[in-house]
Amino acid sequence: MRYLPHTDDDRRSMLAAIGVKSIDDLYRDVPDAARIDGPIYDLPLHAGEMEVERDLAALAAKNVAAGSVPSFLGAGAYRHHVPATVDHLIQRGEFLTAYTPYQPEVSQGTLQALFEFQTQVALLTGMDVANASMYDGATACAEAVMMANRVTKRGKAVLAGGLHPHYRDVTRNLSHYTGFQLDEGAPNPDGGEDLEARLDDHTSCVVVQNPDVFGHVRDLSGLAQACRDKGALLVVVVTEAVSLGLIESPGAMGADIVVGEGQAIGNTLNFGGPHVGLFATRDKLVRQMPGRVCGQTTDADGRRGFVLTLSTREQHIRREKATSNICTNSGLCALAFTIHMALLGEQGFRGLAELNHAAACRTADALAAIDGVEVLTDAFFNEITVRLPRPAAEVVSDLAARGVLAGVPASRLWPERDDLADLLIVASTETNTGDDVAALAAALEEVL
Amino acid sequence: MSTTKFTKDHEWIRVENGVATVGITDHAQNQLGDIVFVELPEIGKDVAKGDDAAVVESVKAASEVYAPVAGKVTEVNEALADDPSLVNTDPTGGGWFLKLEIADPSQLDGLMDEAAYASYVEESE
Repeated sequence: MRYLPHTDDDRRSMLAAIGVKSIDDLYRDVPDAARIDGPIYDLPLHAGEMEVERDLAALAAKNVAAGSVPSFLGAGAYRHHVPATVDHLIQRGEFLTAYTPYQPEVSQGTLQALFEFQTQVALLTGMDVANASMYDGATACAEAVMMANRVTKRGKAVLAGGLHPHYRDVTRNLSHYTGFQLDEGAPNPDGGEDLEARLDDHTSCVVVQNPDVFGHVRDLSGLAQACRDKGALLVVVVTEAVSLGLIESPGAMGADIVVGEGQAIGNTLNFGGPHVGLFATRDKLVRQMPGRVCGQTTDADGRRGFVLTLSTREQHIRREKATSNICTNSGLCALAFTIHMALLGEQGFRGLAELNHAAACRTADALAAIDGVEVLTDAFFNEITVRLPRPAAEVVSDLAARGVLAGVPASRLWPERDDLADLLIVASTETNTGDDVAALAAALEEVL
Repeated sequence: MSTTKFTKDHEWIRVENGVATVGITDHAQNQLGDIVFVELPEIGKDVAKGDDAAVVESVKAASEVYAPVAGKVTEVNEALADDPSLVNTDPTGGGWFLKLEIADPSQLDGLMDEAAYASYVEESE
């Protein structure tokens, strides 16, 4: 079977139609410095299936996979146990499609699952309503800022320094091209940040992450009150959704919009994506919320059914006045989230969160006992930040050579900040055994 | 004394004692179907003739409601927040959208009277 449908004649006539001599002419705007002259490294033009499989397996074996060694990687993507049931159910033919089907006539199962997803997200975040998911936590964060701008008719967002820099970057991108202002805070690894002082009459929202990127957990109710007093919205970002099993919900603390990353529930690390963005808000703001919403209704015979609702907010109806250009959701990842949550139940989810916190406490105690290591996080969920006596990136590299993934060096997130170079962000989940912690501590003592 | 005028975009505007009330016509609500939400402007907002003044959402579509003439919004119909179906049941009465302090009364002259609007609707059908 040929996979390239065009003949040489087809190509010649297409090139002639657009007035270029060769396909290479189409790439002439790419600067020389960004081009490779000749073949890509030593990649052969073709090879047999078995050789390709062998070569790729050898290539993959050069990676240290998070699941194959003691891993303390986090900083926005978390390794948790995903029960086999989740994978089995999401791969059923009724669910697994290339494109999420929304037609109620053929998709009651998918729509019901999304409705349940929304219910779970609203309950977890302590909010009234959630959408059927966004692309990921970072885009959800940027959308929350744009929503706050619409609601308040103001154009300046205050970003906490403890916000994950990737979330800041995506928000920055959108602010650059759609013309709103950002007041960005500096990262403070010791926690504590006076966000209230940065509020003024032009502030549309304050965006604060909890636990923050260094792992600090904060009571946000005072900040929520300060936002209300100034007519601004409080946007709370959650990058580790399992934390919602133990920490007071953002809704209970007074958040107006809660966004987050749902990968930690039901989803593997997925190489950093696809992930699933969470988005929840108050009832009164629902018409300014981006994204798909699934609702419960009754059909002509009075039977319960599920349909997309409040679609007039969306691009296929409101065009340029839509709340967002997202006209889809992360259907399969949201489904995995929903199934895992349903398997856990409320008690199980709380238990999972407790296991995570206990694992982080063990890690913190073990690291604090090592000479030269200082634990900076006093109130945390499953992630802490430690100061090492030398650059954390080097230490991570040394430990990887010893078969331990020690965490994410702060220099990966803030390469421009030399003062953060010695900091290491260490996540522990229910997957980290006592042996894992012992291996981390032993390897650290060896290299420090 | 009051006069009601109509636009080609199916808004009506009625001037009574110097205050203009704006809504959408019976024909418009009929075309839209069940109205489920009305987004109203802020009081004090200045609108130019033809500016977006409100949004009306039905089960079928979301449409802009344009200011028939320039002016300042002095009042909006709060009752529509709880009961948007007033636009269906009483489009030229209880289903009004907003009140305007008209900037230039001569702009009203360019709008259609009831008879002209009726034949405009008939032609467009």
